[in-house]
Amino acid sequence: MSRHTLSVLVQDQPGVLARVAGLFSRRGFNIESLAVGPTEIPSVSRMTIVVNVEGLVLEQVTKQLNKLINVLKIVELDEASSVQREIMLVKVKADAETRSHILETVQLFRAKVVDVASDAVTIEATGKHEKLEALLRVLEPYGIKELVKSGLVAVGRGPRSITDRSVRSLDRTG
Amino acid sequence: MGEQITGAQSLVYALETAGVTDVFGIPGGAILPLYDPLMDSSSIRHILVRHEQGAGHAAEGYAYVSGKVGVCMATSGPGATNLVTPLADANMDSVPMVAITGQVPSPSIGTDAFQEADIRGITMPITKHSFLVTNPDDIPRAIAEAFHLASTGRPGPVLVDVSKDALQGSTTFVWPASLDLPGYHPVTRPHAKQIREAARMIIEAKSPVLYVGGGVMRARASQALMRLAELTGIPVVTTLMARGAFPDSHPLHLGMPGMHGTVAAVGALQKSDLLITLGARFDDRVTGKLATFAPDAAIIHADIDPAEIGKNRDADVPIVGDLGEIIPDLVTAIEAEYAAGRRGDYEAWWSVVGRWRETYPLGYDLPDDGSLSPQYVIERLGVISGPESIYAAGVGQHQMWAAQFVKYERPDSWINSGGLGTMGFAVPAAMGAKVGAPDRTVWAVDGDGCFQMTNQELVTCAINDIPIKVALINNSSLGMVRQWQTLFYNERYSNTDLHSHRIPDFVKLADAYGCHGLRCESPEEVDATIEKAMGMNDAPVVIDFVVHRDAMVWPMVAAGTSNDDIMVARSMAPQWGSDD
Repeated sequence: MSRHTLSVLVQDQPGVLARVAGLFSRRGFNIESLAVGPTEIPSVSRMTIVVNVEGLVLEQVTKQLNKLINVLKIVELDEASSVQREIMLVKVKADAETRSHILETVQLFRAKVVDVASDAVTIEATGKHEKLEALLRVLEPYGIKELVKSGLVAVGRGPRSITDRSVRSLDRTG
Repeated sequence: MGEQITGAQSLVYALETAGVTDVFGIPGGAILPLYDPLMDSSSIRHILVRHEQGAGHAAEGYAYVSGKVGVCMATSGPGATNLVTPLADANMDSVPMVAITGQVPSPSIGTDAFQEADIRGITMPITKHSFLVTNPDDIPRAIAEAFHLASTGRPGPVLVDVSKDALQGSTTFVWPASLDLPGYHPVTRPHAKQIREAARMIIEAKSPVLYVGGGVMRARASQALMRLAELTGIPVVTTLMARGAFPDSHPLHLGMPGMHGTVAAVGALQKSDLLITLGARFDDRVTGKLATFAPDAAIIHADIDPAEIGKNRDADVPIVGDLGEIIPDLVTAIEAEYAAGRRGDYEAWWSVVGRWRETYPLGYDLPDDGSLSPQYVIERLGVISGPESIYAAGVGQHQMWAAQFVKYERPDSWINSGGLGTMGFAVPAAMGAKVGAPDRTVWAVDGDGCFQMTNQELVTCAINDIPIKVALINNSSLGMVRQWQTLFYNERYSNTDLHSHRIPDFVKLADAYGCHGLRCESPEEVDATIEKAMGMNDAPVVIDFVVHRDAMVWPMVAAGTSNDDIMVARSMAPQWGSDD
């Protein structure tokens, strides 16, 4: 088993998320994370799906996704040739004694404090999966009160775009 | 047509423009606006069924024999949910079908309104695609796209759910000049390099088999298949979904493979060195235990659906495309090999598979007590009614016997529920088939269990002049389940006795439904009873064949076991021969 990041361009239509999620669940494919949002083309949304599967299953995932009528394009983004990011918000217990240690950690990880209360701080951190995991490990001893993470988003490195001409022609506004 | 009309009228125009001539359905509250203009359509015949499931299977049977898209209609909520089984059935067997359902008015959607069900959500996993239309202006486009999706690429069911306010709202009818399906590009032209590679492997193979599936039917490619088979002389097996794609009488045909296939067909796949897979999907009922299926075979896999290739079995040569193009291209490529002096030699292979075919023909034992053998009934039915008839089966023992003992000579003569295994499929499917092919004799070969699930459609047949014929193989049991209880559950017959030798009286039932009812209880009466039914064309006819209940379907590969362990009869394995 290995992690694969799929960028899936879909028509922005009602039910498309249900179709994709339903496909994964009924065929027994495991989603590690899923992030959906708009793209530079108003009628096209982009899903970034991280799956933990072996090669043959990945081929089935891709082929089955391609069968969905609203799916326009699927690209696998490997870690080396893409920028991959998650965002994390974590609320950590912090009193007068521990606060400075926590702030130091925040600096080291190039994270930032976005909210402060008398007995807690909320930290925002962005980065690759591994970096966020490392930050969490360091913060854990102070006491994590609440944790929320976005799904991973990713974009290929270099000048090329996966929203090529065929997809771009859907842009009726442009 | 710039005039202001209702969405419902627009939907009727759209169906007419799509070429629809026959629809099966039942009205209800949410879809009622549609039924008003439908009454005035001169080109669409609406057949009022008695249960929406009947409408769905009828649309399937219609599509099977006509090659057109089958159409069914239902209202919201329970009307729509009753279509779930036929939609799942059509999805499994790639049947082109469009289902139109009424939906509650759009402001009420999501409020648990009366007769509201999220039918689009419910059917997402069992349709090729689905639409929810809430704006009357969107109706023609949704219908145009639905028919295109249902009938192209890998065919399948498409649902169009239309809210009541969209049907009642005002619009103009504009048939779309082009379709807006940017994510839908079925590949029909096969890759030339793959075709050449396949041809090379076919020439070099020693023991190849043409493994023919339902895709050949959907592609209407049986003539091309005949050319390929006769050109190469390679043995042919036809799966349950492909019965009739290649004539049973042809010397190259080894019969049906699978759980209840012939020894020759199962053995040929198993011992082959090359499977030329045409529109088949390595279903578990064909492969048996997948890990031990055809262990020495290289795989050529041709299919319109790329996701089928490599799903269950890795393909050495994948060919994505329309079999109507792939098979002729293969013929051309093989002829080029022949012209270059390269030719396959399958003589040794034929001596092996030919021996299996001679040694283990399909057969059955007659009951000792002189009672009626179900296999004999079905065999005689096939002989007397002949290969131009259409045979629609339910699911179970009678289905397997109908696949084995009726001899199919042409495509579109065998209709059954293969993938989903839907009991109750036969009567409504036969009804749809008779509407799609009114000049052909249509038999529903049904079991007493199946028949009691959907026989209300005989009323529809009687009233609408759809004279189907039903050969009811009445063993008073859920026969296939009983067979498994005999073989695997120590003959403990838990809940498989239907007592249908006593209740109901199927002859009286037929009579009550306005059909002819005949009963046959002894072998001597079989031919005369079938012939009598053949002459009854003023109304549907039901023959209650009261048959022996202990008859079993053989050969059999028990579920989850290897095809190597096929049994010809109880505790009887075939001898494969010493040369392998």
